[in-house]
Amino acid sequence: MHIKIILISILLLLSNFASAALNIQYWKSNNGARIYFIENHDLPIVDINVDFRAGSVMDMKQKSGLASLTNHMMVLGSGGINEEDLANQFIDLGAQLNSSFDQDKSGFSLRTLSAKKSEAIDLLTLVLHKPNFDSQIIKREKKRYIASITQSETMPESIASKAFMKALYGEHPYGLPSSGEVKSIKKINKKDLQDFYKNNYLSNELSVVIVGDISRAEAEDLAYKISAGFPENKRDKVIPLVNYNKPQDIKISHPSKQAHLYYGAPIIKRGDPDFLTLYLGNYILGGGGFVSRLTQEIRENRGLAYSVYSYFMPYIEVGPFQIGIQTKKDQVNEAKKIIKKTVSEFIKNGPSPNELKRAKDFMIGGFPLRLDSNKSILAYVSMMAFYKYPLDYLETFTNRIDKITAEEIKSAFQRRVDMSKFSTVIVGSE
Amino acid sequence: MVNYLLLYKLFLIKGLHVNFLKLIFIFCLTPFFAQAEQNIQEITLKNGMRVLVKEDHRSPVVVSMVWYRAGSLDEVNGKTGVAHVLEHMMFKGTKTTKPGEYSEIVAAAGGRENAFTGADYTAYFQRLEKSKLPISMKMESDRMQNLVITEEEFKKEISVVMEERRWRTDDKPKAQVNELFNSLIFRAHPYGRPIVGWMNDLQNMTYEDAIEWYKMWYSPSNAIMVIAGDVDTKKVFAEARKYFGKIPAYEIAKRKPQFEPIQNGSRRAVLKAPSKLPYIQMGYPTPTLGKDGISNQKEAFALEVLVGILSGTSASRLNQNLVKKTSKAVNVSAGYSMLSRGGQSTFEMYGTPSEKVSVVELEKYLKLELKNIADNGVTDIELKRVITSVIAGKVYQKDSVMGAAMQIGQLETMGYSYNIVDDYIDNIKKVTTKDIQDVIKKYFHDDALTVVTLDPQPLDKNKTPKGRPHAH
Repeated sequence: MHIKIILISILLLLSNFASAALNIQYWKSNNGARIYFIENHDLPIVDINVDFRAGSVMDMKQKSGLASLTNHMMVLGSGGINEEDLANQFIDLGAQLNSSFDQDKSGFSLRTLSAKKSEAIDLLTLVLHKPNFDSQIIKREKKRYIASITQSETMPESIASKAFMKALYGEHPYGLPSSGEVKSIKKINKKDLQDFYKNNYLSNELSVVIVGDISRAEAEDLAYKISAGFPENKRDKVIPLVNYNKPQDIKISHPSKQAHLYYGAPIIKRGDPDFLTLYLGNYILGGGGFVSRLTQEIRENRGLAYSVYSYFMPYIEVGPFQIGIQTKKDQVNEAKKIIKKTVSEFIKNGPSPNELKRAKDFMIGGFPLRLDSNKSILAYVSMMAFYKYPLDYLETFTNRIDKITAEEIKSAFQRRVDMSKFSTVIVGSE
Repeated sequence: MVNYLLLYKLFLIKGLHVNFLKLIFIFCLTPFFAQAEQNIQEITLKNGMRVLVKEDHRSPVVVSMVWYRAGSLDEVNGKTGVAHVLEHMMFKGTKTTKPGEYSEIVAAAGGRENAFTGADYTAYFQRLEKSKLPISMKMESDRMQNLVITEEEFKKEISVVMEERRWRTDDKPKAQVNELFNSLIFRAHPYGRPIVGWMNDLQNMTYEDAIEWYKMWYSPSNAIMVIAGDVDTKKVFAEARKYFGKIPAYEIAKRKPQFEPIQNGSRRAVLKAPSKLPYIQMGYPTPTLGKDGISNQKEAFALEVLVGILSGTSASRLNQNLVKKTSKAVNVSAGYSMLSRGGQSTFEMYGTPSEKVSVVELEKYLKLELKNIADNGVTDIELKRVITSVIAGKVYQKDSVMGAAMQIGQLETMGYSYNIVDDYIDNIKKVTTKDIQDVIKKYFHDDALTVVTLDPQPLDKNKTPKGRPHAH
């Protein structure tokens, strides 16, 4: 489950930018929810996504997994309607309900035919406002969580990812496994879920994004219906600061054929003024698929791996910069050496003029691809909404990318990316 | 959502983006439904290459795909995996371009590109801002005829593919179970061989094997181009003629029909791998829809609806009865693909038992679900739910240009017409509870059963497995 969550986060990061022409209507509900509406009648479809600041960062160590389990349980029965009937009511409307979850947020999305929107929206509202948190189902789902956690403890990728986050974040909530631990899941009871829901599903921390075949008046009505069911509570609960100063070098044995290597450190949070510069630079270093330096050195020139990548994953608080690779065990030390050399050269000299031009061409020329469907618009604007990006973020995006210089990328990497503080995790080392 | 016409046969993807892997998988899971008004235009070039265009003007974007009717289905023993290896080599330069040069050109145009290999086909695609379509045409036409495969580039890339196999299969117990399952249920048919190839074959593959494959299958007469998005069909046809029209075609070797001999008696195997939980994959050979879209229709659609009723949604029978109500399993699902180029298909069920339930017991429970339907049928509500999901899915798929291109390409390379989807909803609606009972009784009997179970081993070899009854 942990792995899955990370993949979803990467997806959102990479689909980070969008069309300037997107007309986003924005307003706030009277109890503080932020509403984003993109009206589009091309297809008879309505997509809605709601996000709460109720991700695993809100977990306490002794009950880690509580945030995830709350998110998971919310779609398993509501308003006295049992789990099976609820699922079937959505199916009978042809509507799709999905939940999403990561370190920072807990989200729910609805896709419905516009002909069925009012019934589907009523059901969604019920799901959001009146979770049953049925004791029997909690018991069953806890067992399934535990099964999944114990299984993931045998999988090299999961082991590596968990150890890496632990090395970077220690006791900070970002260091806790999102889906909890066997011990912590066992401790969670119905009241914990109810309390977590009451304290963290708040109107002033809610963002609602509506895309598609629905009028402004209807969108206002639906946003009102959703937000009115949550209390406003300007709480003081602050996410603890990330305190990372001791890099670690962790090796874990595993009978796998490949070793899994993770390498990096906590670097950047959402809204950081260096982010776009680092993001563009990282495209050249290890984010740009086939054409990145890491892929060139590791895969194209030496055939050492199927996949090698780097990314910045900004959270509300300081998120990781991470490099990852899987390679045959006896090649992992060689791969690590080449990765280190590639990264340190990039930090030292920055990108070449040609690399920078190509990276900008990619970002600017491919701009329309980032928002070519209602689904991708929903995902992108939801990210913007949750992290409170300025509304003109999209309009100014290509312009800001265009202005970034090679010197600025070099300077940002030199100021922010300190390899002497990188931790390393290798699972399956010999 | 219900996964009709689920094309779940494994794809291999050149790409290294982890998220892209998911993306492809999402396409596979996209409901595959009727589009009464598909508005697809098509021409055949003089060399036999077909070009299909579907306009969609919602967004200034185009998806361009070239599909070859060549996949692991066409491989022979000793050279398994070569279709996929060639797919990787297609990025390694032509007579006039360096290795990786086209990838740089596509990226600098803001484009996304990748390729994938299946049992039935190999496909290459780009997503681009609409004015950039000629880049794709130039690149695909060049590598269709002028590919250069050097020994040096091959040696590096074959190591990449071996790493891919280790990552995709060797270190993933469920993937290993699936590999064993396929080789057991298909003893004669090439679907029994892994798309990625056996490790031994990869180790012994040479660059000449890749060249041989390229020369055998990459004729324009064996290729289909699919373009979807914000384009003008006439202009696309003109461009296609310009770039591909003059590529000489050659004769494609005649393919022999291959059919799996009838199975008489159940087949069972156990796979040991590091894991905590056991796992079961079981299945039966089943018919596919005939290439005319008509033969086997009744049975194929009955199986299609059955898989939806068993496993299409969170409230479907397997999940509802075995995970939710009785907690006998932590995960269960079923799969069936009614379409295949190779004319063979299987109906499969997968499950992870709960603690204190053995794989033997779970097998029994899964079979009981089938027996229950064979004896008592399914309800009208269940049938109606499948239809509702398919109809809604038809509308939702319009949001994905890539999904439309995928659907056309898959159908056409497998030998069907894209038109068969026009009748899809009607055919789903025709399925009765008796049709479903009939296919269960006809195909799902123990003598046709294949079962592979995962016997979990501790990570530390010195420790013995404990705590859970094992069934062998």
